[in-house]
Amino acid sequence: MERTHYKQEINMTEALMNRINELISHYPEDKRKSALLPVLHEVQDAHDNWLSIELQDKVAEILHIKPIEVYEVVTFYTMYNQKPIGKYMFEFCQTSCCCLNGAENLMDYTADKLGIKMGETTPDGMFSIAGVECLGACGYAPMMQLGDFYKEKLTEDKIDQLIADCRDDKIILHDK
Amino acid sequence: MSQKILLDKINIPGIKTYEVYRKNGGYASVEKAIKTLTPDEVVEEVKKSGLRGRGGAGFPAGMKWSFIDKKSGKPRHLVCNADESEPGTFKDRYLMEFIPHLLIEGMITSSFALGANLSYIYIRGEYMWVYKILERAIAEAKAAGFLGKNILGSGYDLELYVHCGAGAYICGEETALIESLEGKRGNPRIKPPFPAVSGLWANPTVVNNVETIATVPWIINNSGDDYAKIGIGRSTGTKLISASGHVKNPGVYEIELGLSVDEFMNSDEYLGGMSSSRPLKAFVPGGSSVPILPAELIFKTANGEDRLMSYESLSDGGFATGSMLGSGGFIVYNDTACIVRNTWNFARFYHHESCGQCTPCREGTGWLEKILWRIENGQGREEDIELLWSIQSKIEGNTICPLGDAASWPVAAAIRHFRDEFEYHVRFPEKIKNREHFVAEPFSQVKHLVGGKVIV
Repeated sequence: MERTHYKQEINMTEALMNRINELISHYPEDKRKSALLPVLHEVQDAHDNWLSIELQDKVAEILHIKPIEVYEVVTFYTMYNQKPIGKYMFEFCQTSCCCLNGAENLMDYTADKLGIKMGETTPDGMFSIAGVECLGACGYAPMMQLGDFYKEKLTEDKIDQLIADCRDDKIILHDK
Repeated sequence: MSQKILLDKINIPGIKTYEVYRKNGGYASVEKAIKTLTPDEVVEEVKKSGLRGRGGAGFPAGMKWSFIDKKSGKPRHLVCNADESEPGTFKDRYLMEFIPHLLIEGMITSSFALGANLSYIYIRGEYMWVYKILERAIAEAKAAGFLGKNILGSGYDLELYVHCGAGAYICGEETALIESLEGKRGNPRIKPPFPAVSGLWANPTVVNNVETIATVPWIINNSGDDYAKIGIGRSTGTKLISASGHVKNPGVYEIELGLSVDEFMNSDEYLGGMSSSRPLKAFVPGGSSVPILPAELIFKTANGEDRLMSYESLSDGGFATGSMLGSGGFIVYNDTACIVRNTWNFARFYHHESCGQCTPCREGTGWLEKILWRIENGQGREEDIELLWSIQSKIEGNTICPLGDAASWPVAAAIRHFRDEFEYHVRFPEKIKNREHFVAEPFSQVKHLVGGKVIV
């Protein structure tokens, strides 16, 4: 097991706290813990798309629960990242329906183009690539998730364009 | 065969907005239910409709509703299952993205029927942009007086929120979904007690699929009897089918149950046939969990009857020669596809998605994945095929939730119908080195090499 301790600057802005409190208000007063998954998404989005132990402890404090209750959730669900990742994370659907329409070849193409393997991050911290399980876009294969959005019916040309757009800061990651 | 009740308005410009949706008859079912019907009368209409749960299990929705505990006096909840994650299935997303108010309307009418004052839509975390669409639609409905306190002056209160998951297929199982909604890991609960008695925060809860709830407005606006006239036999109404794989027109279609598989596959109104000149090899009619069928069992049942898109016809012949309608995730394979590779891919999926609570599933799915991988990579042994069969049979039925069955069935069906393809992989490892080994040389051309000889 990797034991590297990654440091993260925590910044609970007023806007973030307002959104967290709004999410907490969606559940009965004595059920604050129910807000845990949505709150973790918001906190992660506001912190370079990953959650350090310190940040998870902060969430526990806000929801009045024990840190372990946050850790066990963060480790269970695949969308929470426990270490720093690239600014742009290309998550390719690698389940069968996408593979029928070329997902595997496209993942190889992207990995070669970026010079990294699946699961890795480019040295400049710009890109991470990963294969993930079915994203519910089987009819629009091959495809990937990038931030809050799906990029579908991908081709090698479209991958080239996406990489260029990321480098030119033209990609919106979150719908806030 | 083209009656549409879910997608009939989907192409109206601006139908995503409250204003346009309302102008086109939206929210009429809420008005009708709240002003002219009792909650029990709404339940009765849904019972009469014969509507069956559209998430995959096909349990009658009205009956599920009638189990909810109204005597204990505890708060009741309706939770919409929008955790669509079954490989091959992408229908709920289409409905929510393009006509979100239909789901909101269904949630209000259904919550009224159940006497729920606090309801949730649980959506998978990856559908984040759809989450935002639903949040906006809920805000619009609330501003128009269809949500909140004293809806339409009736004294009925309802708050509705969207809750997002974070990447776990298992949360589509209703008790895992409830755990997740409570802010926990998605570990399914042992039943009983069923959610209708003790669900969200130990309160009586009904969990229904998106498509099920979106069907309720039509049933209330018309009648349960009218709905039951659509479809065939006990497969009443229409069903959304999401089609993918090697077909000409992949996408989401609303079909009347009872349409022939042949027409759905080959007519231009639907899938338009195969995507290339490569012939049909196999199909999965209801999402990755249901048995895969070979070409000769797709258009005709083993008895030689036309195979229809219905719960009964797709399962005709049991698992020996049939499959299931399931979630409506319709996956089509041409002869370039490798059944062993496809089965390995699904096995990896279930191994990854197993929550880990039950030993047969946690360990067994890992074994299935590893053995399938070595067969696909030319390191398989003759006895591996029997080993796979043995493992899947020990998972099925021995777990808390149906994920164990879902992981077993695709492996069992692949061996049942495509055993010679597994034998070919084991005996001719040099011929399957390339990932796309059946593109240049489809299995039909090398089938004679294994000669149908049964190994075990």
